[in-house]
Amino acid sequence: MANKIPNRQVICETLVTLAQEDKDIMVLASDSRGSAAMAPFANAYPEQFVEVGIAEQNIVGISAGLAHSGKKPFVTSPACFLSMRSIEQIKVDVAYSGTNVKLVGISGGVSYGALGMSHHSVQDIAVARAIPGLAIILPADRHETKRMTEALVQHEGGVYVRIGRNPVEDSYESDDYEFVIGKAVTMREGTDITIIATGETVRIALDAQAELAEAGVSARVLNMHTIKPLDEEAIVCAAQETGGIITVEEHSIHGGLGAAVAEVVVQQHPVPMRILGIPDEPAIAGKTSEVFEHYGISSSNIKAIALGMLGK
Amino acid sequence: MSSTELRSKAAQIRMDLLRMIHGAKTGHTGGSLSNTDILTALYYKIMTIDPARPKWQERDRFIASKGHSVESLWCILADRGFFPKEELATFSQFGTRLIGHPNNKVPGIEMNTGALGHGLAISVGMALAAKKDARASRVFCLMGDGEQAEGSVWEAAMAGAHYKLDNLVGIIDRNRLQISGSTEEVMGLEPLEEKWAAFGWHVVSIDGNDIDALVEAFEAAPAIAGKPTLVMANTVKGKGVSFAENVPHWHHHVPSDEELAKALAELEAVISSYTQEGQVQ
Ligand SMILES: Cc1ncc(C[n+]2csc(CCOP(=O)(O)OP(=O)(O)O)c2C)c(N)n1
Repeated sequence: MANKIPNRQVICETLVTLAQEDKDIMVLASDSRGSAAMAPFANAYPEQFVEVGIAEQNIVGISAGLAHSGKKPFVTSPACFLSMRSIEQIKVDVAYSGTNVKLVGISGGVSYGALGMSHHSVQDIAVARAIPGLAIILPADRHETKRMTEALVQHEGGVYVRIGRNPVEDSYESDDYEFVIGKAVTMREGTDITIIATGETVRIALDAQAELAEAGVSARVLNMHTIKPLDEEAIVCAAQETGGIITVEEHSIHGGLGAAVAEVVVQQHPVPMRILGIPDEPAIAGKTSEVFEHYGISSSNIKAIALGMLGK
Repeated sequence: MSSTELRSKAAQIRMDLLRMIHGAKTGHTGGSLSNTDILTALYYKIMTIDPARPKWQERDRFIASKGHSVESLWCILADRGFFPKEELATFSQFGTRLIGHPNNKVPGIEMNTGALGHGLAISVGMALAAKKDARASRVFCLMGDGEQAEGSVWEAAMAGAHYKLDNLVGIIDRNRLQISGSTEEVMGLEPLEEKWAAFGWHVVSIDGNDIDALVEAFEAAPAIAGKPTLVMANTVKGKGVSFAENVPHWHHHVPSDEELAKALAELEAVISSYTQEGQVQ
């Protein structure tokens, strides 16, 4: 593992830099400043930091009130509790009321490993997708996390961001590219099949692409960092131009990226599709890598699925 | 068990949980050490349970609302014979059922907890069912003090008093620390006893690392008919390991080889002091 910097640290560092100029940026924590790596922000700008204790409904309500008064609150809290315990506050106080709240779910997916289903966040995208007006973003690596954080400060409106706990291998060589909320990034061009991934599984999709290239298959890789609003155009192009789609995500197979892509494909350009994610069960205990291997969220399995779809 | 036997048992459980966390390289050390005496009093003296019949309807119920401190509970359930002790070595490993929070696939665990602020409402439901069925079962619910910031705790507190659940005992592990530091700095709770009393509970405040005081408080409940009891167990986070006591980062710090050896020696000394007194056979 070359990269040692977790995405949560990148968000903190970027906000520390931006908050120097922008006194409206605020960070809120729910006994989570350590887990969110936000202690440096809390120390640098105590006046722009709010601790609410272990109270996820309260943190969303308070941030909506702050946003209503012109502040730019970033709520940082474990993804599992932030996304679902407070979902009604997110629906009514953030999305419905149109407040400018950035909800940053940390340690998402199965990054809490052996802490079990209470701590896994693999239903969050499904729940967030059902709420009108809430954007959903999963950055792929540290470079994208930096560009995303800058974009979030500029963006007006409610956003749910989900990142993992541990450092992830880079998918981008640098942060020198254009990050646009709602616009997928074509990481690799390809003609035979398309792999669409989001968040930390983009790296796995890129590895699968390389393995497929060795087997003579040209796979396109789309980084769908924004799940809502979804880049339907990129999906329809992929369906038309490559004829088959595999989606990969650290989320339940129900209601996440795969479901979102399938809704577009089925209605606009039906092609064969496979959805790779966590099956409909409490995920097995273990490290992220062990859990991924167990459920076939791996480059070798994507390769096998692609070859199967192509009849090879 | 006698008072000294209970004290020795608590020290042994602390040794077991430290070894288990050290072996797994993960765990919530501070909060487990803090509540070991509470669980020892409940599981070896107070609760009516039968490890051979974990679902026996007449049993008392225990709910670990502060589910992250499951390590002491795993060690006690194994020691009481709910499952083989060897299984403790699988704690937090791939595919285990002994995960980092209570999991009711394991005999002796009633409900899956881990998201804070759920336990008391569940306990209210269990105590209500026991009343409706005219069973003698009591329900014990262990909460964290940091956990008190969740509004759901207070919704359940209200219901427990409203339904006059004198078969319900709430326990707060009042170690005055949560993850980010002192509870009074993160989200002030005081005056906490007055808040519970105002919600209609009978409040008893004790030294929560004193087994005799715990036994006395639990045996006395319900002291007042028609009122749930809240035991404010004033504890020390990291209790029993000198260098972990009251140190916030021991919340989920894993002992190094040296730290483990030092901690085990301290606890060994506690046990042998009781044995030397000839108070333990
Ligand atoms: C709903 C919810 N929010 C956040 C957490 C993460 N968390 C686990 S332990 C903990 C601190 C608990 O502090 P306290 O209740 O005082 O317990 P203790 O100090 O006894 O360990 C937090 C915030 C959680 N488990 N559940």
